[in-house]
Amino acid sequence: MYDRWKIVTGIVIGLLLFTFPVFYNVGRAAKEPERVLTDKAKQAKECIEPKAFMTAEHMKLLDQWRHEVVRDDARYYKSTSGKIHYKSLQNTCMDCHSNKSKFCDQCHNYMAFDPYCWDCHIEPKENG
Amino acid sequence: MMAMDRRQFLKITGLSALLGLGGKTAFELLAPGEAEASVQQAPAIAGKKWGMALDMNLMNEEIMSKCVQACHTYYNVPDVGNAKEELKWIWKETYEHSFPGQEHEYMADKFKGRNFLLLCNHCTNPPCCRVCPTKATWKREDGIVMMDMHRCIGCRFCMAACPYGARSFNWGDPRLAPKALNPNYPTNLELPTRSKGVVEKCQFCAERLAKGQEPACVEAANKIKPNAMVFGDLEVPDSNIRKLLRSRYSIRRKPELGTGPNVYYIL
Repeated sequence: MYDRWKIVTGIVIGLLLFTFPVFYNVGRAAKEPERVLTDKAKQAKECIEPKAFMTAEHMKLLDQWRHEVVRDDARYYKSTSGKIHYKSLQNTCMDCHSNKSKFCDQCHNYMAFDPYCWDCHIEPKENG
Repeated sequence: MMAMDRRQFLKITGLSALLGLGGKTAFELLAPGEAEASVQQAPAIAGKKWGMALDMNLMNEEIMSKCVQACHTYYNVPDVGNAKEELKWIWKETYEHSFPGQEHEYMADKFKGRNFLLLCNHCTNPPCCRVCPTKATWKREDGIVMMDMHRCIGCRFCMAACPYGARSFNWGDPRLAPKALNPNYPTNLELPTRSKGVVEKCQFCAERLAKGQEPACVEAANKIKPNAMVFGDLEVPDSNIRKLLRSRYSIRRKPELGTGPNVYYIL
């Protein structure tokens, strides 16, 4: 092989560059953000469904809601506990969870997820 | 290279076909009932057909402006300050432009150059819905030609198909519309705005109907002059709108196209 050392050096430098992000971030994992509830949400004790379900499935629930409201004009949701809720991200969800930056964004940013809900739906005004 | 004779090939094909058919999915797909049942679950307000009648003898510029304002305030429709990119759910247009072909030299003075109030006709046979590739616009069971902004891909086929110019495209983010023209935008914090790249239009105030309220324009017009606009069910023979249409002469926009417009103008 001609120019062996040049090639090997090149490969080593290339590998180092390629794996740089891994070395750079070792031991610096971003901290999982903590969910912050508003007083109103705390008082309600439970969301429309149990916490575990909401954490894992809220996106599916919202997707189902928007479909049912817009396409079927079915505007009320009966939760498993039997309570009736008006299906609305803007008016029902954000009424309690009015701290969007802490309640929604923090975790979505951590997961590097950027939902386009807020392109159209109006986010609540937050103090400070 | 592997050689496969005809016999082997047929065996494998037959076996995979059997497995495929025996699988749950194929059976479910082919079995009737299930798929249809899930579609029919939509709570159709059966046998209804919303329509609107505008009494042009009672309408005037002031009322029409109030209607436009009420609608655009309720639905967060901004004034983009540019006729080419205008967003309009309900708007004013002259008789000649509203009813092309109906105008003539010796027309009644009261209609010559006079503004009419135009909006989506919520056609019985809407061409916009036929051309939509994603079913983002469709005709509801109660007659409303609805928009699903979540599905709209902004192809603007519907705008080309609509003979009434009732659809507007968001060339830019509506929230970036000039602040000077829209000081309090968004005006209704209960409803969303739209995003750049979707088509929007009048929805016969589906959100208000769900709450048992009349459309915003009808409410605004009747506040100034009762019965200037009548909204109701065209399928119910003794509804107010049917009574009005039975007793007075009315015209529709471009009925010759066969779209079946459901907005009536009483002359």
